[in-house]
Amino acid sequence: MSAGSTKARTIHSLGPLEAIPVGEARAYAVDGRQIAVFRLRGGALRALDAVCPHAGGPLADGQADDNVVICPLHAHVFDLATGVSTSGAEPIGCYPIRVADDGTIELTL
Amino acid sequence: MTITEHTAVPAQRTANRPAVSGRERLVVVGNGMAGIRAVEEIFTRGGADLFEVTVFGDEPYGNYNRILLSNVLAGSDTEDEIFLNPLEWYTANDVRLRAGVRITGLDRYARVVLAEDGSATPYDKLIIATGSRSFIPPIKGLVGPDGALPAGVFAFRTIDDCRSMINFATATPGQRTAAVIGGGLLGLEAARGLQTYGLRVHIIDAAPTLMSQQLCAEAGEILRRGVEDLGITVHPGARTAQILLTEDEAGSPLGRAVGLEFADGTTVDVDMIVVAAGIRPNVDLGVRGGLTVERGIVTDDQLRSVDDPDIYVVGECAQHRGQVYGLVAPLWEQATVLAEHITGTNLDAAYHGSKTATKLKVAGMAVAAMGLKEPEHPDDEVVRFAEPGRGVYKNVIIRDGKLVGATLLGDTAKSASLIQAFDRGLPLPDERLELLFDIGLPAAAVGVAEMADDAQVCNCNGVSKGKIAACVRDGVKTVPGVMAATRAGKGCGSCKTLVKEIVEWAADGDLEEDPSANWYVPGVPLDKPTLLAEIRARGLRSVSAVFAELAPDGKEDAASKMALTSLLRIVWGSDFVDERDGRFINDRVHANIQKDGTFSVVPQIAGGVTSPAELRRIAEVAEKYDVPMVKITGGQRIDLLGVRKEDLPKVWADLDMPSGHAYGKSFRTVKTCVGKDFCRFGVGDSTALGIAIENRYKGLESPGKLKLAVNGCPRNCAEGLIKDVGVVGVDGGRWEIYIGGAGGAHVRKGDLLATVDSPQEVITLTGRFLQYYRENAKWLERTYTFVPRVGIEKIRAVVVDDAEGIAAELDARIQESIDAYRDPWLERDEPATAGQFRTSLPLVTLPQVPVR
Repeated sequence: MSAGSTKARTIHSLGPLEAIPVGEARAYAVDGRQIAVFRLRGGALRALDAVCPHAGGPLADGQADDNVVICPLHAHVFDLATGVSTSGAEPIGCYPIRVADDGTIELTL
Repeated sequence: MTITEHTAVPAQRTANRPAVSGRERLVVVGNGMAGIRAVEEIFTRGGADLFEVTVFGDEPYGNYNRILLSNVLAGSDTEDEIFLNPLEWYTANDVRLRAGVRITGLDRYARVVLAEDGSATPYDKLIIATGSRSFIPPIKGLVGPDGALPAGVFAFRTIDDCRSMINFATATPGQRTAAVIGGGLLGLEAARGLQTYGLRVHIIDAAPTLMSQQLCAEAGEILRRGVEDLGITVHPGARTAQILLTEDEAGSPLGRAVGLEFADGTTVDVDMIVVAAGIRPNVDLGVRGGLTVERGIVTDDQLRSVDDPDIYVVGECAQHRGQVYGLVAPLWEQATVLAEHITGTNLDAAYHGSKTATKLKVAGMAVAAMGLKEPEHPDDEVVRFAEPGRGVYKNVIIRDGKLVGATLLGDTAKSASLIQAFDRGLPLPDERLELLFDIGLPAAAVGVAEMADDAQVCNCNGVSKGKIAACVRDGVKTVPGVMAATRAGKGCGSCKTLVKEIVEWAADGDLEEDPSANWYVPGVPLDKPTLLAEIRARGLRSVSAVFAELAPDGKEDAASKMALTSLLRIVWGSDFVDERDGRFINDRVHANIQKDGTFSVVPQIAGGVTSPAELRRIAEVAEKYDVPMVKITGGQRIDLLGVRKEDLPKVWADLDMPSGHAYGKSFRTVKTCVGKDFCRFGVGDSTALGIAIENRYKGLESPGKLKLAVNGCPRNCAEGLIKDVGVVGVDGGRWEIYIGGAGGAHVRKGDLLATVDSPQEVITLTGRFLQYYRENAKWLERTYTFVPRVGIEKIRAVVVDDAEGIAAELDARIQESIDAYRDPWLERDEPATAGQFRTSLPLVTLPQVPVR
């Protein structure tokens, strides 16, 4: 989200952290959008658009490390912290996400 | 600009004595390719502000490309076309050119050079670039006491030589004959050039074979046939006793050459003789100046005379570390170092010598040669290919795993990669044949250099040769870098070798070595044997443990996870600590992901043999879940395509069949023919054996997928000859086992591993080979690459003959893997992770393909 956005941000609760296995991702439908949430081995969460702009691949099915996710269809690579592709695909949206005090996932859209 | 005439300069070194203009006086003796290239390099480093430049040249012209004189002789270039620096260049760059003034003396104490015309020119810095002259062999009658040649005899070194030859060759009418003394490169080019004027040409070669400097005898012999096919008569090993002269030529004390007489008394009548018997460095100036001279003027690594730091020597007259170079590439390298040093732009610049490689067309035949022409040591490894009928010869000479010499004659398609391997000492392919040929790549039938720019190289991602080359030109200098940037080779991977060759060609030797080429995975800098040893020694049972212990900074790498997961399963079997994020999606949900995010489901149909009950269940499942496509696969199974991820567990339960493993880098299928129960030709029970093999080895993970087949007779209906392992029943109850076949992106007939007497032996040897492959192949290296890389003899020795005594261990380890096998579709009852089968595209209606 750009700093100058006038659109009000909304916090969405995505349920318990345990719904996402460590190192993997799960996809959520949030406010009419599809968001892939990654639970990194380092402990952090990351949220990206769930669809690869190249050919529609499901990024939540991709393999990830602490920095990138690899699309399962054609191996395009996206930086988890920025949504920028390191393999020449279009950039995708990247959203603030955290674990709330009650152990649930909070996504800001 | 005027020159100060030398008068009574004190015989004393006066360092950096300023010239009139405030710039130092730089005198260059030699107006050829080396001298002028050095001046140009000096100018590009700001040298025009540092030096007043005076150039002396023997010949009354600007600088021309001597290499192209052969083209002028052959009429393919005009004289104008070969000039590199016309006279205007000298004026424009404020260079004083004294063309046609020969320098005959050097007084280092006075710091002047002395010219034939009596003038003396002072210098602060001197560059000697006097090049070479033709070597005139000591043959009676070839040269007079004053060094003059008889009428009708020509050296072939200068533009004037070239003009005289053309004038002579065209002056007298009628069929005439020429003899070229020397069977080297220059002699061959002279011979070919003279033919264009209608002359009959003889090559008189003192060496036993042509181009003996560059080519071994066998290649020289093939070249001779090619040259003779052009109508040139070659006299190999000819010893010329004397030149036959007539005295009817006015003005020539020696007379006119009319023939040659050989040592055996035979003669050849000729009208003209061209001497192309090699060159000798012009070192007279160095000798007269008291510099150290051996074959050339001896220099240090900054191209300075070892005796005088103000005198630089460059080109063919320089001797550096014992080497005198006669090719142009070293000369360019020397000129660069010289310029960096003399201008002070890089005082650490050093020349370390050049590895010389040549690629050219001689007498219509392509030749590339580098380094050794023949092995020198008993341990030198030679790979040689000769096809005289087609005029093709190739060899490579390898010492300690490095390329130390190569010759390509007639077919130089591989020259770019060879020159690079030679120049940079790159690791060589284990299968040495790949150095000489492009194996199994249809597109490479045309050499990379000849491919059109728009030719598509990567047929998966639509990447052309031009795009790859442009990427290299933009500065990407590694093969993986180019693959990442262009996505070439990132699809099925079958074009990787071709991509590599194009990158090598485009980089033209300027390729950075890729240390990761031998790593098993990109994120852990170890080759497979080392990685395996570390995993075993440290007891690393999970992917995260491997990263923590073996990756740089303990950093995990997404692109390495799948390969490590596979490797750890092979090593540890049921003791493997399974981290599901280490798996590719297919292995997380035991189905093959499709383009819309749905999956394909292939139940096990071992050996391709099914039953009405199974078919009924499959049909019911297809209808119940609206499966868009039901497809018979190439591996004789039934594929349900377009199944939603969340339906997978229910589909498996309703099918009530085990997984067919049509999704992993693992043992896939065993295809079979009908076999002897029904087929009237069948000699073996192929279906029973195929089912037994599949049931035993099903689903075993491996570096690449494994597709097998069993044929009941040599008709090969199950295509066993193009499978990773193919079994063929032959008469007498025996079975042949082929390995390393392929019938996909790459086509290869398998190699015969063994012929055995019983199905049990087939099963045992298949398992032993599979385990050997699992433990030794690179990640994603299919057996069709692995088998030729290791060699069928080696594999046979290990697997069949137990030459290394490891057969029992291989058998035991694959048995452990078999024992650890569990049908992954049983996860339908107890999912391995939270949300294992949750959709990853919650707002997309799947499948996107309508039901057929």
